[in-house]
Amino acid sequence: MIGYLVRRLLQSILILIGVSIVTYALLYVLPADPARQIAGRSATAETVANIREQLGLNDPFIVQYWRYFLGLLHGDFGRSYLQRTEVADLVAARLPATLLLMLGAIVCELAMGLTMGLVAALRRGTNTDQGLMVVSFVGVSAPQFVTGLLLLYVFAVRLGWFPIGGYGTFSHLVLPSLTLGVLGAGWYSRMMRSSMIDVLRQDYIRTARAKGLKRFVVVFRHALPNAILPVIAMIGIDIGLFMSGIVVVESVFGWPGIGQLAWQAIQRVDIPIIMGVTLVSAIAIVLGNLLADVVAPFIDPRIKLR
Amino acid sequence: MSATTEETSAGPVRRRAPRGTLRRLLSRPLAVVGLAIIGIVTFGAIFAPWLTPYGVDDQMFDGLTLQGAPLPPNGHFLLGTDLLGRDLLTRILFGARTSLIIGIVANGVSLAIGSAVGITAGYFRGWVGTILMRFTDLMMAFPALLLAICLAAVFTPSLWIVAMVIALVNWVQIARVVYTETRSISEREFVDAERSLGAGSMRILTKHILPHLVPIIIVWGTLGISVTVLLEATLSYLGVGVQPPTPSWGNIIFENQTYFQAAPWLVFFPGAAILALALAFNLVGDALRDILDPTQRGILS
Repeated sequence: MIGYLVRRLLQSILILIGVSIVTYALLYVLPADPARQIAGRSATAETVANIREQLGLNDPFIVQYWRYFLGLLHGDFGRSYLQRTEVADLVAARLPATLLLMLGAIVCELAMGLTMGLVAALRRGTNTDQGLMVVSFVGVSAPQFVTGLLLLYVFAVRLGWFPIGGYGTFSHLVLPSLTLGVLGAGWYSRMMRSSMIDVLRQDYIRTARAKGLKRFVVVFRHALPNAILPVIAMIGIDIGLFMSGIVVVESVFGWPGIGQLAWQAIQRVDIPIIMGVTLVSAIAIVLGNLLADVVAPFIDPRIKLR
Repeated sequence: MSATTEETSAGPVRRRAPRGTLRRLLSRPLAVVGLAIIGIVTFGAIFAPWLTPYGVDDQMFDGLTLQGAPLPPNGHFLLGTDLLGRDLLTRILFGARTSLIIGIVANGVSLAIGSAVGITAGYFRGWVGTILMRFTDLMMAFPALLLAICLAAVFTPSLWIVAMVIALVNWVQIARVVYTETRSISEREFVDAERSLGAGSMRILTKHILPHLVPIIIVWGTLGISVTVLLEATLSYLGVGVQPPTPSWGNIIFENQTYFQAAPWLVFFPGAAILALALAFNLVGDALRDILDPTQRGILS
């Protein structure tokens, strides 16, 4: 177990270093010139050249990357080109909003997905089952910006139940969480359905029924806990979906998280910020996958860590 | 479990040939719905210029109200007009071309890359395989959308560039699936038997491994189009995908979203089109998985 953990952690660190190299290389070949952006349109060629020199943009790729990498080891993500602030501070300031949104999304997707999957499994083969699974397909096929704009239109513009956008209170959180959760709800309902069907097929369920327990008790006390655990253990993997989703959802709802930070930085070619957000997302994704893998054998002893 | 004698012998286990596939597909109502939607969208895309009296970029004199607001759906403009007074139905019909072209091209390229990587890594293993799969792991750690946005920002987005960007982001999933499958096939006895008879790698790959991969490539190829269509729409919605005036379902919403509270049809109709097409490929893909890949039963079996 410890050996496995150490090996996985080392692997994860290598992957993250790889991510940082690839991102840096990508942004290095970007045709836009950050120095020109900082200097402004009216600046002379000389000023621009000075800024380039100052930022070390004339150095070869390896040198630039190495400097960045050494900084990373000290937790230094560099400075934003345009805002003259530490990227680490910018990301840290935005992170709580994003984490809150993800938490809301997890609640929404589990509530919707597990319920749908459970009902579908219990009504297996009926029209209810088919209908619910079509709904789950709609969930995974719906573009998040459309879901978001529609929810905004119906519940904020028309009905006025929720604010149109922004951040601060619980009611601000509801629509963005729902939007981010719809995709996951689609996946969870399908996983929950098949997990529940698997469990209901087991001998111990038949035994429980045979000894005269009520169906309700068998389903909720005996089957549900076993069916739900492996599904919930997947939450770690969701982080990848979320990290893509937040860029869209945060821009639709004006949610001040790292998705919007990245999006604004991309439009202004603020490379250190883009790097910072990409790395933070990659760390989250890698940790999420690691978590899912490590948790799995505790939930299902048949799974062995290799 | 007593399927055929062939399956228990050392001979190649033939997956059910894709021959009866279409017939079996047509016996599933949801797959038929999916195929119908794909058919309608394809028809609309091909015959767009003949289906509508307006041009894609025609800014109609009577396409805006006197105050300059877009028109809601009416007898003249069936789905209403956009902020510039263009017919929305026309833009959506031509937008179908964008979605389908990118869906097919981008997905084709990512299938090709993914299969090549997966087969190479799965068959040859060794250090080549290790490097390829570690690189795949690395790609999996990227937030897909962020990577696509960065790539799209590196190149000036045109239709083909967007297709390539999507392909470069999406091949990873397919590579992993093909890798796992290739590994398990090349460990089978019939491959050993063939090798001991003196067959070269090329022959084993083309004659024995590739045919077994066809079903999963078909399944993932279909499901992948749905992912591609959604990613294109999202990139275009964020303004880094297909650029106006070329219509795309995503950029129609991007162009008009400032006005969407007053003119929700400008979001609703193109949004419904994206959803319908993505849903269609998911429904067909899931049915295909059911039919072609008995190890991974689709959910609607």
